[in-house]
Amino acid sequence: MSLKTSLGLASALAIVAASGSYAQSPSGTVTIATVNNGDMIRMQGLTADFNAQYPDITLEWVTLEENVLRQRVTQDVATRGGQFDVMTIGTYEVPIWGANGWLVSLNDLPDEWNADDLLPAIRDGLTVDGELYAAPFYGESSMVMYRTDLMEAAGLEMPDAPSWEFIREAAAAMTDGDVYGICLRGKAGWGENMAFLSAMANSFGARWFDMDWNAQFDSPEWLETVTFYNDLMTNYGPPGAANNGFNENLTLFQQGRCGMWIDATVAASFVTNPADSTVADSVGFALAPDNDLGRRGNWLWAWSLAVPAGSQSTDAAKAFIAWATSSDYTALVAENEGWANVPPGTRTSLYENADYLAAAPFAEMTLQSINSANPTEPSVQEVPYTGVQFVAIPEFAGFATEVGQEFANMLAGQQTVEQALERAQAVTTDAMEAAGY
Amino acid sequence: MSTKASRVTARLMLAPAVILLLGWMLVPLTMTVVFSFQRYLPMRGGFQGWVGFDNYRSFVTSSAFWPSVQATLIIVGSVLIITVALGVLLAVLLDQPMWGQGIVRILVIAPFFVMPTVSALVWKNMFMDPVNGLFSHLWRLFGATPVSWLSEASMPSIVLIVSWQWLPFATLILLTAIQSLDSEQQEAAEMDGAGPINRFFFITLPHLSRAITIVLLIQTIFLLAIFAEIFVTTQGAFGTRTLTYLIYQRVLESQNVGLGSAGGVYAIILANIVALFLMRIVGKNLDR
Repeated sequence: MSLKTSLGLASALAIVAASGSYAQSPSGTVTIATVNNGDMIRMQGLTADFNAQYPDITLEWVTLEENVLRQRVTQDVATRGGQFDVMTIGTYEVPIWGANGWLVSLNDLPDEWNADDLLPAIRDGLTVDGELYAAPFYGESSMVMYRTDLMEAAGLEMPDAPSWEFIREAAAAMTDGDVYGICLRGKAGWGENMAFLSAMANSFGARWFDMDWNAQFDSPEWLETVTFYNDLMTNYGPPGAANNGFNENLTLFQQGRCGMWIDATVAASFVTNPADSTVADSVGFALAPDNDLGRRGNWLWAWSLAVPAGSQSTDAAKAFIAWATSSDYTALVAENEGWANVPPGTRTSLYENADYLAAAPFAEMTLQSINSANPTEPSVQEVPYTGVQFVAIPEFAGFATEVGQEFANMLAGQQTVEQALERAQAVTTDAMEAAGY
Repeated sequence: MSTKASRVTARLMLAPAVILLLGWMLVPLTMTVVFSFQRYLPMRGGFQGWVGFDNYRSFVTSSAFWPSVQATLIIVGSVLIITVALGVLLAVLLDQPMWGQGIVRILVIAPFFVMPTVSALVWKNMFMDPVNGLFSHLWRLFGATPVSWLSEASMPSIVLIVSWQWLPFATLILLTAIQSLDSEQQEAAEMDGAGPINRFFFITLPHLSRAITIVLLIQTIFLLAIFAEIFVTTQGAFGTRTLTYLIYQRVLESQNVGLGSAGGVYAIILANIVALFLMRIVGKNLDR
């Protein structure tokens, strides 16, 4: 045997050996696009644990602000750019991208990952035709957060499941000088005021579209919803509410300027944290309000991890997702940062964990809120779409933002409720025509 | 005097720059024009056939189009008036000999070096915020109710921010023009009994007319495309959606590349009309 052939044989053997080990333990570089919020930054700090289990996988992080992230990953996935192996996306993107065949199915994650442990509402929101296309990292709904001391002073008691009428009464009773009875989102944007208003409209029996995809802003239900919202905010809301989004309202609530605030359940841990909040010891929680029609005004959202179809290292990416969204990861965060800081809202087992329930007074209400959201039947009327506070079609982000601007104009007093609804109807009809419905 | 060989060499030497410039300009322009005749929706699988002038028609007939053209013209017009008027005044002031002239000039020019996003953020959060902003504190100091500037007076607020940014540019150009003004002429006028106001209107201002047209021309071209200030402050709400912002919404928020490209072509046409118009004025002025 010549030197040449023996060398060739040796390298062939080496390749066989290498590919053999590849089948057992995935390797390669995984590029992760993620959003710059606290839970995700925490995850980056804990990757040593992942690398201890998978020494052959290198993780590269691209951390971006929410809007920028959305643009970057959308462009990448639509053009099959293949820049990222793991993308952080929400419940709005998953049904659209999954249906387009842009995501890799996660049905084959290992059994110990335990897909049956996921909260059913969240799991349904991430499943298209029986295929799970993304693994939830944390989930949220919305609920009422209120000041127990102010409620007491007003001589009222917040029920666990209040009605909109009660919210109006309580807001009126709590408004006094520097304290505004209620803070709600007013800033224009599909993920800002329209998330709140769409969810609120569901509880008033309204819907975005009828079964033929005709916009419904000319319906009496929308008129009722928007009139109620406008009156509530004009009479009992903070000044400049048309520019207030999640962060602005969080600041106001933490400064003790809001009697009630209806917003994301993740805010509960911020308003009860004594380091940031001046009212940490007097916050109560209740389900989002309803009108006795069978739907509450709460939404459902989950930041989730998905593998785009263009990825070159699918196996390594799946290994990472299985690690980051497992209950072991939750335990790891609890061990390092305490139970109150674990990513909430994805698994049933977390809400059966006595340590977590003891550390998070808002856990019960969060779970109930998430479970009461129904993305497949958001309204009491029949709808052709899925999604509670959004409509899972690609054009939604565009026209909902424009509609949101009309309602923000209304809240700023530049147009009436009727004018806003009329323009919203025109904008949506235009956009749907352009989209070919 | 050039020989044939040197002309060829010159052309060869110029070629890379010319090709680069043409590529830089023509490739995106051609792509925009091509996209504008397509039904192109990236979120629905990309190219979906040729549609002729449909995109052009629906862009113009959309309820958002005319208000956006109006908003664009209002912003450009108001900023031009404010920057030129204040720019002339500042230039005259800065031309006066005074102590610390160099530092004052640098300070006046400084806003031009602040990035548009940054200056918009500073204005939005530090000055115009209805709860924590400087203006709201001032208003409260005098017992008034703070104004939420960006929603109640959105257009004036944006005009204010943009004018603040472009004022230094106008001042700078006009100041250099004033410095070229012959001081003997001024003195002569003074000796003939012309007061400061007369001297300003009959000597300084005519002398500045060329510089003013240049300022108008350059600023118009840039102001037609302002985006960051609107994106950061109102996101196009409260009637501040300009044509540029509308195109952004169509392409990126609605993910409709065809429709947005048609809007882009309209914007190019509009900018060219304005530029041609201004060029003729400048040409006339320069001929004098």
